[in-house]
Amino acid sequence: MKSNKIFISGDEAVAQGVRLSRPHVVAAYPITPQTITVERLAEMAESGEMEGEYMHVESEHSAISATMGASSVGARTFTASSSQGLLYMAEGLHYCSGGRWPVVMMNANRSVALPWSIYGDQRDSLSLLDCGWIQVYVEDAQEALDMIIQAYKIAEHKDVLTPMMVNLDGFILTHTYELVDIPEQKMVDEFLPPFQTPNKMSFEEPKNLGFSSKPDDNTEFKYQQNEAMFKAIDVIRDVDQEFAEKFGRKYHDMVEEYRCEDAEVVLVALGSVCGTIRVVVDKMRAEGKKVGLLKIRYMRPFPETEVKDLAKRVNAIGVIDKDISFGYEGTVYTNVNSAISKIDKYVYKSNFVGGLGGRDITKDEIEEMFNKLFSGVENKSEEKVEFFSLNVESND
Amino acid sequence: MDRPKKTEFTFPTHINDYPTGPQYAAGYLPETNAGWRSVRPVVDHDACVYCLRCYLLCPDGTVVKDNGKITFDMDYCKGCGVCAYECPKDAIKMVKEQV
Amino acid sequence: MTNLIDIPKVNAKNMTEKEFFYGHKACAGCGGSIAVRLALKVLGERTYTALPAGCMSAVGFIYPQMAFNTNAIITTFPGSASMASGIAVGAKALGQKDVKTVVFAGDGGTADIGFQALSGMIDRNDDVLYICYDNEAYMNTGIQKSGLTPYGTKTTTTPAGENLPGTITHKKNLFEIIAAHDIAYAATASIGYPQDFLNKVNKAKHIKGATFIHVYASCPTGWGTPTETSVEIAKDAVDCGLIFLAEFEDGEYKLNRNPKQFAPVKDYLKKQGRFKHMQDTDIEVVIANRDRKWSRMRKHWL
Repeated sequence: MKSNKIFISGDEAVAQGVRLSRPHVVAAYPITPQTITVERLAEMAESGEMEGEYMHVESEHSAISATMGASSVGARTFTASSSQGLLYMAEGLHYCSGGRWPVVMMNANRSVALPWSIYGDQRDSLSLLDCGWIQVYVEDAQEALDMIIQAYKIAEHKDVLTPMMVNLDGFILTHTYELVDIPEQKMVDEFLPPFQTPNKMSFEEPKNLGFSSKPDDNTEFKYQQNEAMFKAIDVIRDVDQEFAEKFGRKYHDMVEEYRCEDAEVVLVALGSVCGTIRVVVDKMRAEGKKVGLLKIRYMRPFPETEVKDLAKRVNAIGVIDKDISFGYEGTVYTNVNSAISKIDKYVYKSNFVGGLGGRDITKDEIEEMFNKLFSGVENKSEEKVEFFSLNVESND
Repeated sequence: MDRPKKTEFTFPTHINDYPTGPQYAAGYLPETNAGWRSVRPVVDHDACVYCLRCYLLCPDGTVVKDNGKITFDMDYCKGCGVCAYECPKDAIKMVKEQV
Repeated sequence: MTNLIDIPKVNAKNMTEKEFFYGHKACAGCGGSIAVRLALKVLGERTYTALPAGCMSAVGFIYPQMAFNTNAIITTFPGSASMASGIAVGAKALGQKDVKTVVFAGDGGTADIGFQALSGMIDRNDDVLYICYDNEAYMNTGIQKSGLTPYGTKTTTTPAGENLPGTITHKKNLFEIIAAHDIAYAATASIGYPQDFLNKVNKAKHIKGATFIHVYASCPTGWGTPTETSVEIAKDAVDCGLIFLAEFEDGEYKLNRNPKQFAPVKDYLKKQGRFKHMQDTDIEVVIANRDRKWSRMRKHWL
């Protein structure tokens, strides 16, 4: 296979993925650290490299509204945001999934004010887990590009028709440069057919869209939306397989297990921190410690089967959350824990909340987390939520 | 068809009977609005000069140009009385509906 | 550009027989539905219609009763202009020709919550005709004050009592705010002057890019007026000078109606439940504000 590798950032990789997917309409509002993506797309629209229209919307609310409008006449659309901007879109995110418009967006995961911080964590997208979007978290720039292309194929599938959010850790992925393979347009065109949907206005078949439903029918529309999200699991699998056959890169569907075959203790995480965890797993494995990584790729639909399957095989599971649902625990942990509770076996669990507002999660800390899991099993320690790590002493 | 007509609607019995998301055929009307009315418009065709002011101003579009005569689509007239009030020839009267 | 003088006039005799807003659940005598119905008849088949949350969407799309006999969509409340922009740009990107996108939004949906998106739409000059049907309060939620509720109006959030005469602010100057964007075409209208409204919609239809019409549309339920007087009361508002008919085109304002004498404001106000409580001193405030506005318009727009 011919290789066309260039040295670009995660944001630029996303822009390349969008260009290759041939959207009709791109509508986005700039926000750090997503900005480079929209700048590149604007340049591509100017040069003619990208055929679609670039809309200079005046806010994120209008970005999502404009993409829904374009999708409602059958256009393929893209938007991108981050943090405060994503939250400003929140009404539109629910509206879009309810409207069954398969908009694809990139979210540069960033902390949420207050206090202000432009740096990364995952509180923005995880706080919007219930808005009905498929959420995937990527680990590097190549995966970001590839997942944009896959996202259109998944979201636009007739059984799915659900919008999809591709999440990249702010700065760690958006602004670091990697060698990224840029697929040939011809191959992408073969992989991704033009967008077709019954859910649109047209002059051949005029429709009323976005209507109200009475209590008699609302539950059915919501049931259908939930059903589509579950159907997406099979579509994700098929699309990933087809992608692998076409482009030679496979992303292991809903989750990726790394050295979990005979693992006793496993850390679960999303996004770029998985790269660091792999290094620690390799080091500890070399020392004879049976550790592994479960990289959750999709938070919605949630990989319940995969988490249960892993939990049956291990003694302890630690979940790293770059978020916190105040007054309880990390959101990823809540979801993982719910899956584990459905198997008939005790697994020691722990929740490590870290990486907030751009703080690094270091290799030493990850090793410490693994060790805490080992000792938790051995000492039958209390399961708890631990901030990893405070720079000062706490009141506990 | 100039005006949509009341259309029979079969209630869904299976989840797949629903449209994928909130989308449905434009101008699909399972219900009429006739029950809203307490008075109905009656035209005196001798007095009517077919100026079409009633046609223009009906909020519900129920005034019909019927071969040079004014008639009403009584399925959707709500009996607001704008047509009668605005008629320059007083050719339309609002009369009580028989219950 | 189309020579606007050559556009054939649309009137009750020659307009399409087809009804595009039909079987809706608006209150009897609804002025907003007159505006929507007439505008759609001028715009014709190849129109995408976008409406935010508000009366016209609430009464038009209750599954399975679909009262828009044309392509139509309910938008987010603050995003009607941007969703319409997306429709227009999407249609263009798909290569669709001879298409118009129209928004019908109320006074609150336009002058308040939807204003940012509207400003963006005009800034981008997207091919959308935005029609604000102004019934001077949030009627769909039960008569609350909006940025276009006039002085003295009693609403459920500006009750009239011993201390306040109801609403204590004047209407936002929406028409001039829109014109200040240097929009290609903007106009004010009233359903009380229906032919003038038809002409303005027809003109906007033939202009490529963003256009705006602010149409005064009565609400018998919210105003406390008999259902049959909906058109008359909207005409009275113009005749007493509280509502003016004007256009902004090629950077110039034009006053379409400049009556030598206004009809009495008090007669207009006292026909309506929402103004019944007003004292003569309050009415003087309304008249003084009207006169200030007209003296400025007459000085600069004639």
